[in-house]
Amino acid sequence: MADDSLTPPAGAAKPAAPKPKPPTPAPVQNPALAGKTTSRAASAAKKAGKVIDDTSPLMGRRGWMSLAWASFTAATGGCLAATGRFMFPNVLNEPPQQFTIGFPDEYAVGVDERWKDRFGVWIVRTPFDAVHEAAGFYVLFSVCTHLGCTPNWLPAEVKFKCPCHGSGFRDTGQNFEGPAPRPLERARVVLAEDGQILVDKAQKYQFELGQWSDPEAFLAV
Amino acid sequence: MAEAKSIKPQESALVRAWNWLTETQVWVSVFRHTAPINDRNRVLVMLSNVFLHLHPVRLKKHGVRLRYTWCMGGLSFFLFLNLTFTGLLLMFYYRPTLEYAYTDIVGLREHVPLGIMREMHRWAAHAMVITVWLHMFRVFMTGSYKPPREFNWNVGVIMLVLTLLLSFTGYLLPWDQLAIWAITVGSNMARATPFLGYEGPGASLLAIGDVRLVHAADDARFALLGGTFVGEGALLRFYVLHCVALPLVIGFLMAVHFWRVRKDGGISGPL
Repeated sequence: MADDSLTPPAGAAKPAAPKPKPPTPAPVQNPALAGKTTSRAASAAKKAGKVIDDTSPLMGRRGWMSLAWASFTAATGGCLAATGRFMFPNVLNEPPQQFTIGFPDEYAVGVDERWKDRFGVWIVRTPFDAVHEAAGFYVLFSVCTHLGCTPNWLPAEVKFKCPCHGSGFRDTGQNFEGPAPRPLERARVVLAEDGQILVDKAQKYQFELGQWSDPEAFLAV
Repeated sequence: MAEAKSIKPQESALVRAWNWLTETQVWVSVFRHTAPINDRNRVLVMLSNVFLHLHPVRLKKHGVRLRYTWCMGGLSFFLFLNLTFTGLLLMFYYRPTLEYAYTDIVGLREHVPLGIMREMHRWAAHAMVITVWLHMFRVFMTGSYKPPREFNWNVGVIMLVLTLLLSFTGYLLPWDQLAIWAITVGSNMARATPFLGYEGPGASLLAIGDVRLVHAADDARFALLGGTFVGEGALLRFYVLHCVALPLVIGFLMAVHFWRVRKDGGISGPL
């Protein structure tokens, strides 16, 4: 609207210069628009040579600024929240916690390492478990209870040995040397409907809490 | 005789808390100047703050006239910041290998909340190419490339090329058929580079006897692709160029560009 003075309104009766003046300043005197700016009032006031302020008829300048800052802050906060949420995916490409590992007769007595790389567990078949007083299976997590490294199974010495700080565990999982403070943890092991062994890593059993005697911590065969 | 007592009105708790806060050593060490309520303080506040000093202390009135500048330079910069940020987020999920590149792109839509993040990056990239061209068009039509601004015009031309190269390198990363063949076609142009491309003019002159010095396995195209065809080497090379090398160069040039705008008398205006 800054160029109003340069562009006469189309079809306006310009020749009679002094005449159109009185009607135009009228909006300024409108009490509802007092001190406010509309394009009409602005051009009228400009023609009348008055100093105008540029507040809106809807809201004061301070109100607009508050609204603008509030909107900006809300939008920024929303973006930050969305960014935070973005860092937590809905799908994980990690090995499942629950899986079947074949039929019991596929396993010989002793420590079996075939699922260690993929699922992080040892399958142990024992002729006699001291806790359950039966023959069967238990599943040990291949995670050292000291600081979380992966121990190695040493068949010649019949023990799990952690390469990081030298913790040693019997084939039962019981710790007997090195800094490890407690035995290896056992996972839930049951028979699936089709007769395969089902391992559930989401459920873990700790010896020191007396959980090894839980019926699902051992699969009697 | 009772003495006349004058009691100073107690300031409100909020005012006292504010006064206490602004006098603490921590506050004073961060904010060196009092509120910018006069010209001198406004200048001091802006010049002693790393973020505020990026913007000039004073602007010419025409500098904020949208009809003249179209704000295209500002929009280009805004989009660049946008792309930097969304690109950073995409890097948390994207792996530039043949095995994962395409599935990670699909995963960005299917497995990640706000699957629109990658689209935002893509749209902003398209928009930035448009705003950069329009910025250049505006600068040309207003004659703002004329002395003393001819150096900055040239910096801008280089940044235009870098913008297009960023687009080109980003094009390959989804690793779909469009990406692979578009980059195959695009990089084949480098074969025709004078002297440095093995099919380019003059390349055959660079030979010792029968042995050509510039051939398919050591020319400009090979340098771009890290191989003789668009494969694993090209994907990794384009990824590094896209995420690190080109943004560093264009960021450096942007600093020069903005600095020169101010040193050459601010945003150019109608004479």
